[in-house]
Amino acid sequence: MRSHHDMGGLPAGRVEATGHDYALWEKRVDALMELLAGVGRMTVDELRKNIEAIGPDAYDRMTYYERWIHSISQTLIQRGVITIDELGRKMAQVEARHKEEGR
Amino acid sequence: MHEHPHDHDGHSHGHSDPHPGVRPDADDTLSYYQVMEIAVRELLIEKGVLSADAIRREVEKMDARSPALGAQVIARAWIDPAFKAKLLERGNDALVDLGLERGPYRLVVVENTADVHNVVVCTLCSCYPRWLLGLPPDWYKSRNYRSRVVREPRAVLREFGLDLSERVTVRVHDSTANMRYLVLPARPAGTERWGEQQLAAVVTRDCMIGVAVPTASS
Repeated sequence: MRSHHDMGGLPAGRVEATGHDYALWEKRVDALMELLAGVGRMTVDELRKNIEAIGPDAYDRMTYYERWIHSISQTLIQRGVITIDELGRKMAQVEARHKEEGR
Repeated sequence: MHEHPHDHDGHSHGHSDPHPGVRPDADDTLSYYQVMEIAVRELLIEKGVLSADAIRREVEKMDARSPALGAQVIARAWIDPAFKAKLLERGNDALVDLGLERGPYRLVVVENTADVHNVVVCTLCSCYPRWLLGLPPDWYKSRNYRSRVVREPRAVLREFGLDLSERVTVRVHDSTANMRYLVLPARPAGTERWGEQQLAAVVTRDCMIGVAVPTASS
């Protein structure tokens, strides 16, 4: 069966010449990938595998670098570099810190 | 929602976005995935896998890459036949001659002529000669471009404002994980007396992807 990311030749809408200046967080996601590959903690194939595993609805709903950071964290969990609990706790901390700073 | 970082289905992005990959800035709030980026980055730094300095330097390196690098390559190919021959045959070696990064992937340069027009896509994801052009534009990564340009390239090119004669053969190149394409556009008429810098100035990113052609007036 054809996977969702394998879209060459399928009907689709008009191409709008969209672009945007990449936000710092997006560039950081890109940098994380480059650097993790450089130190042998992740391969581009793992990046793709974990992006291609995203369900069709989520794939279309997520932005490009959202798919990347999702895939990077999945790979790091799969490799045992981080645990899912560590990530959940850290994300809660980051959110709490941000709310605190926003006041 | 932070209890389930693996479950993106439980998370709502609010509104449907007409331009995938582009969402208005919301400076005062962090999205779920922005929080995830910060968390992953901090965990990697705490564990000593990466350093904050290395991440900062990587972002700076990325900011320094732009289509101006690719344009420099094209302009040289237009004025130096020996360089052009090498670029078409051994692209990465030719880059080194110009003092540019050799690049992590094999560079395949495809030449536009009076009879052939080339256009590049990555139908499966977003492969792009980033070390020569910087990060790809959103449309290059969009479903509409990736799906359609391999099936109806002339119609897609018309949407970019490029209406090619039926006499011109259109070749669509679908990238793979191990190589990257760069289009060598045809040198525009009326530029015979131009110098290298002036030539480079008319070579846009879109010309090197193949959805536009340079003109002397651009």
